[in-house]
Amino acid sequence: MTTTQNHVVLRKAKLARIRKQRESMEKGKGVMGSGGRRWAVDLSDNSTSRDIPDPPGFSRASLDQDDSTLSRQKKDAESNWKAQKAWEVAQAPLKNLLMMGFMMWMAGSTVHLFSIGITFSALWQPISALQSVGKIFEPYKDNKVELLGPKLLFIALNLGGLALGVWKLNALGLLPTHTSDWVSSLPPAQEVEFSGGGVNLG
Amino acid sequence: MQISCPNLEIQAYLSIRNTRTGRCCFRFMIACSNLANRIIQTCPAYPVNIPHKNLKADKDDLILVFGKGSLHAVSGIDGEVLWRKDFAGESSIEVSHIIQSTDKIYAAGFVGSSKFYVYGLNADTGKLLKDDHTILPCDTFGELLSVSGDKFVVLDKMRSKILTINIKNGEISYKQKLISDLIKDSSGQAVILPSRLPELFALRIDSHVLTIKVTNEDDLVLVDKINNAAAVSDALSISEGQHAFAFIQHEGSNIHLFVKDVNDWNGDLLKESIVIDHQRGNIEKIFINNYVRTDRSYGFRALMVMEDHSLLLVQQGEIVWSREDGLASVVDVTTSELPVEKEGVSVAKVEQNLFEWLKGHVLKLKGTLMIASPEDVVAIQALRLRSSEKSKMTRDHNGFRKLLIVLTRAGKVFALHTGDGRVVWSILLHTLRKTEVCEHPVGLNIYQWQVPHHHALDENPSILVVGRCGPSLAAPAALSFIDAYTGKELNSLRLAHTIAQVIPLPYTDSTEQRLHLIIDTDQHAYLYPRTPEAIGILQREFSNVYWYSVEADNGIVRGHALKSNCIHQIVDEYCFDFRDLWSIVFPSESEKIIATVTRKSNEVVHTQAKVMTDYDVMYKYVSNNILFVANAAPKATGEIGTATPEEAWLVIYIIDTVTGRILHRMTHHGCQGPVHAVFSENWVVYHYFNLRAHRYEVSVIEVYDQSRADNKDVWKFVLGKHNLTSPISSYYRPEITTKSQSYFFTHSVKAIEVTLTSKGITSKQLLIGTIGDQVLALDKRFLDPRRTLNPSQAEKEEGIIPLTDSLPIISQSYITHSLKVEGLRGIVTVPAKLESTSLVFAYGVDLFFTQIAPSRTYDSLTEDFSYALLLLTIVALVAAIFVTWVLSERKDLQEKWK
Repeated sequence: MTTTQNHVVLRKAKLARIRKQRESMEKGKGVMGSGGRRWAVDLSDNSTSRDIPDPPGFSRASLDQDDSTLSRQKKDAESNWKAQKAWEVAQAPLKNLLMMGFMMWMAGSTVHLFSIGITFSALWQPISALQSVGKIFEPYKDNKVELLGPKLLFIALNLGGLALGVWKLNALGLLPTHTSDWVSSLPPAQEVEFSGGGVNLG
Repeated sequence: MQISCPNLEIQAYLSIRNTRTGRCCFRFMIACSNLANRIIQTCPAYPVNIPHKNLKADKDDLILVFGKGSLHAVSGIDGEVLWRKDFAGESSIEVSHIIQSTDKIYAAGFVGSSKFYVYGLNADTGKLLKDDHTILPCDTFGELLSVSGDKFVVLDKMRSKILTINIKNGEISYKQKLISDLIKDSSGQAVILPSRLPELFALRIDSHVLTIKVTNEDDLVLVDKINNAAAVSDALSISEGQHAFAFIQHEGSNIHLFVKDVNDWNGDLLKESIVIDHQRGNIEKIFINNYVRTDRSYGFRALMVMEDHSLLLVQQGEIVWSREDGLASVVDVTTSELPVEKEGVSVAKVEQNLFEWLKGHVLKLKGTLMIASPEDVVAIQALRLRSSEKSKMTRDHNGFRKLLIVLTRAGKVFALHTGDGRVVWSILLHTLRKTEVCEHPVGLNIYQWQVPHHHALDENPSILVVGRCGPSLAAPAALSFIDAYTGKELNSLRLAHTIAQVIPLPYTDSTEQRLHLIIDTDQHAYLYPRTPEAIGILQREFSNVYWYSVEADNGIVRGHALKSNCIHQIVDEYCFDFRDLWSIVFPSESEKIIATVTRKSNEVVHTQAKVMTDYDVMYKYVSNNILFVANAAPKATGEIGTATPEEAWLVIYIIDTVTGRILHRMTHHGCQGPVHAVFSENWVVYHYFNLRAHRYEVSVIEVYDQSRADNKDVWKFVLGKHNLTSPISSYYRPEITTKSQSYFFTHSVKAIEVTLTSKGITSKQLLIGTIGDQVLALDKRFLDPRRTLNPSQAEKEEGIIPLTDSLPIISQSYITHSLKVEGLRGIVTVPAKLESTSLVFAYGVDLFFTQIAPSRTYDSLTEDFSYALLLLTIVALVAAIFVTWVLSERKDLQEKWK
């Protein structure tokens, strides 16, 4: 058993983890797939191999250095990849927005089951997305990755979606923006005076 | 066969009833007139009684009826009018008697009270053959009575002489005789009883009835004296030369019926005694009719007309059938809730119920197994009817079951159950019974006196009946308070003052008795109930209580306010003087008040705003203090056709009755009355005749408050910074705008009413009592002044109907269906507890009740809704949820083990 082997196994495990992350992201859950792992053996602990002298011609220092540059490169690639993915996720609601707009246009401006359903889903989706902004961007959390930009874009797009929903609601006449909406339930004012009478009883 | 003729003040109807069942064979309406109509009937036998045998078709069964100045000949077989003779052109004769010979008819009657006329007519065609008249030496009193064929008797004005008039072949001769010559010790006022006896007549003096014979020489001879007699029938010919007649003697609650031979005063042909419910009052009239018993002797049955205008048929000492014909003359209607259903039932009731329940089930089982006898079938049907929800005597959740409390002209109050129309209780009010002090009592109105809400379980509602002794305003008045559940009279007051108006105030005291102001003719207002608490409440609202009076004859509308306590010798703190605030005097040469109408005080309005198509708002002018007045040109107040379009016009006013401000005035040229109108929310709908178009028209005016229209800022409403619901005063002088439109309408109308609902959300329907005695429900949408010829898409969506010149009459919208409410006089609507539904009661000779839902029953499931299916669906859904939950759990577990 050699350390290189160990490293290979380690890299494989890492790759598998990333793949898993990617899968989970594609599912749109944004939660780490930790539940999938049942057991693990940590092979990185190579303290035992230190007691045995290195084989001739083997320079441990050069290997260590090489390994650190490799891992830095790897990390850079990963964070790049993460940033890219975060932007992708942030832009996802745009597609949704266009889709919603089309569906609203199809639904028409009269109040019926279909149009109401679409309008309310158009309102609900951005709200639920906004509620879970943190969770959606959690997988891309990294010290090096700047998530504020994607998050802001994501929020802006969802707010746009919400605005579209509200606009539709108003177009359907379901928003109390007219005086009539506020007055129609007002009972008539009470009268101070009372007057009765009429023609004399015949 | 009998002919009953309740002489109502407004109209009379002729009906022929079967004596076995009391069911009506046919009815014939006689031209309406404000004067009492005369119904005369002659046939080969004696008047009023048609012997049973003559039921077969016989051409001589001619019924002669006089009404509104003309004599109608009606066929006794099918009620067809054969001919009519108009006397209006010749003189204002009131034909009271008909003498019929083979082909000639003599119509006799008075013009005024001393001119006596006789007309000879052809029986087949009604052609005038000859006439004669004479002037009697003194004015007459009461009715002319026919004694035999061509002899008549009548009292003179002083009621001291009897005049005997003889018409021989149309020539008039008369004789007179003092009553004191016949009976020595008479002190009371004499009255001739309207019984037709051969050669005899009956004279009531004190409590006796004298029978007096008129001899061939027109002399009068006293025959007999009957004590304590209540009513005397006409004579009935039972065999050749034998005539029988009946009379009634009261003895406590027992009534003795005697039938005697006219020529044999000693023996009785029949003597029976019966017990009659004292709520029916005294016997007013009696008619007899005979039949041949199996032993060939004569039996008699008697039809009695009671004081409360009900009919009873008595045979062999028993009441065979009775009919509440007093209900044909309903004067006023109010409603009362039924008792609240009480928890807990007594043991005895349960036991009885258990037995009844078992019996009912056995009967039903028999019915389903087809082994039920006809009696059982009847019992099953009665059981179904009884157990049905409709006729329960308790309040229901939807408020469909109510008591209709009606006051009839006879002074009897009935409570009718809306479920099946049965009489729950009835009471003949003693304040409205004929006595020496009160000779012609009239029931005026009926009001809700106490409606308990807080103590609905242990307190009964009560009603107030207002009556007066005689038709004149100066007659003394009486109040009666009746328990609405039991029909017991709680209290009655004979008032020291007169009654001109009764004003129910919008205030109640702690026992939920409503405060009423009674205005008398001497410019005083009296507060009822007479309690210090009521005074306290009135003092609090003293400056806010106004009232107005409409003097239709003078063309003046006056407004008044309370001033101070009356200045009498004795201080009466319940009596108030009032001051005149304003008066509107209409020019008498050009306008005469023909109709006034105001809003119902119990109407609930849901909203003060009307939303237009473009989300704009119009504020309704909703006020309880508005009066609609319709004035016609003095020349055009008569019947349609008596005035030309140029001299006819109709002026419409909408008046604020607090300030006397005329809110709106409009003139319809070339139009005339009669005007029927209804006022609801902020609109008035009225019906009149357009002389130019020769058609009836219906107009609508909607009143809007322009001064509120600038409340347009949404933020004000969002923050609640508006003053639209704060109390307003009429002195604030709102700016009024109106919208109106007119439509042609096919029918002439007897009454217009509008549906009322408990919260006023449901759209309204107009209920129109048509001339055909039916009730038509017309959507208010048809009378929307915003109707245009080509409504926009948005307006159409809102439900605005394209404008047409006439209102459609959809035959499906007759709420009376194929039924007729004979002689329709009024329609009353009451809200049910269920918002969508309104209860409608129409009255005339017939009574009609139904419930209608102007916008369909949107707030309740239909009767045929399957609750079982709903329950089944719910159960199935719950089961499905459970099953899928279990399945998903299992799948999850399997997933985890993978």
